[in-house]
Amino acid sequence: MKEKNTGSMSRNRAISNFFAYIVLVLISIIWLFPFFGLIMQSFRSYKSEYGGMVDYIVPKRFSLDNYRFLFTKETNFTQWYLNTVIIAVAVAILQTIIVLCVSYALSRMRFKGRELLMRFWLILGMFPGFLTMICLYFLLKQLGLTQAGAVPGLILVNVASCGMGYYVCKGYFDTIPKALDEAARIDGATRAQIFIQMIIPLSKPIVIYTALVAFMAPWCDYIFASYVAFGHDKSYNVAVAMTRWVWTNDYQGYFTRFCAGGILVAVPVTILFMCLQKYYVEGVTGGAVKG
Amino acid sequence: MARVHGSKIKKPWTRILGENLAEIGATVATGDWKTKVSCLILGFGPIMRGQVAKGLIFLLLEVAFIAYMAGFGAEYLSKFSTLGTVATQKVGRKTVYGDNSFLILLFGILTIIIIALFILVWRMNLRENYVEEKLLKEGKHLPANRKFLASFLDENFDKTLLALPCLGIFVFTVLPIIFMICVAFTNYDKNHQSPTNLFTWVGLANFRSLFSFGSNGFGSTFLTVLLWTLIWAFFATFIDYFLGLAVALLINKKGIKFKKLWRTILVLTIAVPQFVSLLYIMKMFGNDGIVNGYLMKWGWISSPIPFWTNPTLAKVMIVVINIWVGIPYMMLIATGLLMNIPEDLYESARMDGANPVQMFFKITLPYMLFVTGPFLLTSFTGNLNNFNVIYLLTQGRPQSVKLTGNAGYTDLLVTWLYKMTVNDTNYKMAAVIGIMVFLVTAVVSLVVYNMLPSVKDEEGFQ
Repeated sequence: MKEKNTGSMSRNRAISNFFAYIVLVLISIIWLFPFFGLIMQSFRSYKSEYGGMVDYIVPKRFSLDNYRFLFTKETNFTQWYLNTVIIAVAVAILQTIIVLCVSYALSRMRFKGRELLMRFWLILGMFPGFLTMICLYFLLKQLGLTQAGAVPGLILVNVASCGMGYYVCKGYFDTIPKALDEAARIDGATRAQIFIQMIIPLSKPIVIYTALVAFMAPWCDYIFASYVAFGHDKSYNVAVAMTRWVWTNDYQGYFTRFCAGGILVAVPVTILFMCLQKYYVEGVTGGAVKG
Repeated sequence: MARVHGSKIKKPWTRILGENLAEIGATVATGDWKTKVSCLILGFGPIMRGQVAKGLIFLLLEVAFIAYMAGFGAEYLSKFSTLGTVATQKVGRKTVYGDNSFLILLFGILTIIIIALFILVWRMNLRENYVEEKLLKEGKHLPANRKFLASFLDENFDKTLLALPCLGIFVFTVLPIIFMICVAFTNYDKNHQSPTNLFTWVGLANFRSLFSFGSNGFGSTFLTVLLWTLIWAFFATFIDYFLGLAVALLINKKGIKFKKLWRTILVLTIAVPQFVSLLYIMKMFGNDGIVNGYLMKWGWISSPIPFWTNPTLAKVMIVVINIWVGIPYMMLIATGLLMNIPEDLYESARMDGANPVQMFFKITLPYMLFVTGPFLLTSFTGNLNNFNVIYLLTQGRPQSVKLTGNAGYTDLLVTWLYKMTVNDTNYKMAAVIGIMVFLVTAVVSLVVYNMLPSVKDEEGFQ
């Protein structure tokens, strides 16, 4: 009976797979189209063709004018880019350290008020982040970390409250057997030694995941960055600065320059992400299950 | 998510307070002179008993507290009930600054918290004396200073690890949130900007105006925005969830080749910063964008489709574009989880003659819903506050004169809050809306969390 079935089953499967391929190709086209458009438009010269909106995708003549413009003195693009890189790297390092510390304490140590702390942070997380914007701005201003000092200011704000985002990392630590800790303690290791010499080396995937997510976030940070750096062009990050280009009038023709800048931002971030994709998947999957 | 079991029997706080007071009384009454002096000079007892490190910490905290109150806190605290009475005036050509309501509110709150913390420190100081006396009476030795300091790398390591993160969260999250909650009960707005103007407590007036349905009230606008926020979060979460699951199943299908390629194409959406991709898509669907351009060129339409200016169309567009953003996440999560479903479940279902559709609804879907319950909840609350997608695509537009407070038809509560803060500087209403967002999130979380199958029945699928 089994042999008789295989023939019709494989034909059925071939047909259904054929449709599956069609759907997948359609999905791929839809998903890739914006990126294709972005790349094409970035090669349309704002000088010799038109920098605003047009009704065709492929430029009449490929040119690098938009890219050249980004590196001229007319714009602070390189400065914005540098700002964003500095913020992203600093946030990635500091946030990872803090999240690891908090996760270890909450996962491994049992202290008075632990559950209260976790519940309190959970409730704090339900307040919308922008609610506190004016107050944060004021605090940063007192420290001299707005406008000209916006870059360290943004790092500070991003890092200060990141301890509340411990869930995924703590979930990972919880899966490392406690027997390992106990064995090390019997051998006379202190908690600090266990944390640094044993738990962290065992947690490479989650360390990379935490750092990657922390690194990606500042590239999209528009809201708070625009508020803190308001009016001070040199301390904008790429998101704030280039969003302005999109919202300028069409005849000014900044749209293609936005596309070129967007490509320069997206390419390195995308490559990094693709290289570390494995860890990202592990992190989000674990996080989704444990919440 | 933090799960807290109510297994321990909780004492009512009045009893805890009573017990503490009784212990304080007993410590002071029966304690030696060192303990008694410690009530005034913190850490005196421990220092005299050789616990110099501990004692000095207490003493330093007391000195810092007194310095703060004398130089700073007491003044602000005394004005806290009025938020300042001396207005800023112009005397001749000079501006004479009066009270700054903003500072009074902020530092008033800080002072109250610091006083509460100091009472806690004082209590710890007394407990320390109590413990030391007890140990000495029993003829035991007190731990050496070095050992006390070393404990911060061992049994007290949690305090070392959590000190900095907790401080950061206190200064940059807790304090600002309390501040903004207080602002909701004041008249802080563009007419009462500090430091030039004072603002003061107004009780529940702002909440009343949020729920007043007159021509000036925020009532109808608030309901419109709230309704759209809930509808949006519902669609954004569940459409993405099921479509993402479908795509994951499609890619996982037996016999499909280049699995990695399909996944990589989808994952590009996550990798490219949203402000690049979403702003581009926003332009794509603009009146002079590529989509309208091609449709007109081909003669399918004569005038541009108002993707972003028609309220209903704009809402549909946002949901659709969010599918583009959301499917890849769900696809990634589902791919990992689908592999965990035991193959023999399907095998035995096949033996019983189940077809693929039945298997999906009887095995795959229940399993996925069970495992991803917490994810669904967090992504729902995340979507309630999904600022980026809305703001980058429409900024809440199209606006309408029917809506107050500059709200638009695609505004979520959070984007409305943002606009009120940045464009209108209507801080008092922004604070009120922030509290509303909190309430909505908290209620949804609590209700759904208790309904989750993985919470109700942890063993369900094991």
